[in-house]
Amino acid sequence: MIEKEFICVVCPNGCSIKTQYEEGNPPKLISAEGMRCPRGKTWIQQEIENPMRTFSTSVLVDGGDFLEASVRLTKPVPLAKVFDIMAEIKKIKLQAPLSIGDVVMKNPAGTETEVIVTRNVPLKAK
Amino acid sequence: MIREKHDLVIIGGGPAGLAAAVAAKEAGCSDIVLVERDRILGGILNQCIHDGFGLHAFKEALSGPEYADRFIKKVRELQIPVMEKTIVLDLSKDKVLRVSREGEIKEIEAKAVVLAMGCRERTRGALSIPGHRPAGVYTAGTVQNLVNLENIMPGKHVVILGSGDIGLIMARRMTLEGAKVEAVFEVLPYSSGLQRNIRQCLDDYGIPLYLSMTVVDIYGPKGRVEGVTVAKVDEKRRPIAGTERFVPCDTLLLSVGLIPENELTREAEVAIDNITQGADVDDSCMTKIPGVFACGNVLHVHDLVDFVSMEAERAGRNAARYVAGELSEDGAEIAVRPGEGVRYVVPQRIKHGDNVSLAFRVTAPSRDKVIEVRDGDRVLKTRKETRLHPAEMVWVDMGKMDISGISSLEVRVR
Repeated sequence: MIEKEFICVVCPNGCSIKTQYEEGNPPKLISAEGMRCPRGKTWIQQEIENPMRTFSTSVLVDGGDFLEASVRLTKPVPLAKVFDIMAEIKKIKLQAPLSIGDVVMKNPAGTETEVIVTRNVPLKAK
Repeated sequence: MIREKHDLVIIGGGPAGLAAAVAAKEAGCSDIVLVERDRILGGILNQCIHDGFGLHAFKEALSGPEYADRFIKKVRELQIPVMEKTIVLDLSKDKVLRVSREGEIKEIEAKAVVLAMGCRERTRGALSIPGHRPAGVYTAGTVQNLVNLENIMPGKHVVILGSGDIGLIMARRMTLEGAKVEAVFEVLPYSSGLQRNIRQCLDDYGIPLYLSMTVVDIYGPKGRVEGVTVAKVDEKRRPIAGTERFVPCDTLLLSVGLIPENELTREAEVAIDNITQGADVDDSCMTKIPGVFACGNVLHVHDLVDFVSMEAERAGRNAARYVAGELSEDGAEIAVRPGEGVRYVVPQRIKHGDNVSLAFRVTAPSRDKVIEVRDGDRVLKTRKETRLHPAEMVWVDMGKMDISGISSLEVRVR
């Protein structure tokens, strides 16, 4: 049995969760305490089985009022796939105008997430 | 010179200024001007493209620009006039502002002013790090701006000094963009960033965090950083001889704290709190100059933007009440003081008692403590906390308070 303390990353509270689990495939959670909300419970189960994360980056934009549009994932993806997804995102180039929420990529690296724009980029004023 | 008169002038179009403007308008103030020096609203949120904003305010994890957009939309819907590309040159204690907008200078006479100028990062100069003065030494926020807005990667081998949140977030950001972040060094025996950022920005990518260590020399004789010398420090933060180690790098990123940007505040002779470096305010966010309010990071540095918005709404609402003559200036006020284990408390004074909310920071990390708000020996409120950390602001809501029977308030950790 393994005893380990995890810092929950679901929200800024960053609860420290004390856990006991058995290694295996999948690992078996025995106990978890210290989280202040139910989301922490779901998170810790996933964290010992397959850590999931979201991240943000930016993509170059043609013809826009800004050089780059920031983008983010809509759903967490396996931590192990972060760099594969980054590589796919870096291949695209966007065209202005762009609005917050525009989907620019679906299911990168075989994951179930979308990449959406998080900055309005109007056309460059002439 | 052109002279205008407005009921309320809000200085700064970042999260604090935006929320204050919306709240003031909704509270009935019809003549508001929001002054912003950048070409767009949103302030520093525009470069904070990571997510996690708005979990308290909107129950969603938004990026900085998305969070800002929620408020920008409201400002537009409410038709609040905005002066973009406008810088406030000075502010007098009788609330006259001189502003410069694309070469044109004008004076604005305001009935009330909300200070919402945000904060600045401490630089190498503030730390007095010896060594060469090469290129490649940046504050974390500057790198954030370069990478996220200007498409410029400042370096490939990065050392980060300080474990502030912006530094941690840039450690992940630069790693994603292909840089190698060698390590983060923190002079304190504990991290000064949020725990979740240590986890998801450092641990996830195998970036080591060294506590009680600092940079004691910067090496870059050819004009660009080639490395830094780090050393362990004792409990008084003095480098320990013999523990020095050279770390090669081409970039040093500083994430060593934020300071409220109070140049205008000082000019207007607003009293400043020595610890927060922000204005001394009462529970309506009013400074010691009647009609001048302060909120957000210019008042005290926050860790979550949600709390900035909340505090700014309070300032905006009360500024509207002041303009309407509904915020009484008479009457007694009581002092709020930090007690044992507490570094500072905002507000510093309570005058109205309508809806009192005390924000404070603890002096050191601890577990299983009780927060106590007292008037002398009389305990007014207690709350149990399983974990307290200087990086995380704590709020205690006191609700409606009748201050006539109270002589002073003290917040302590026991």
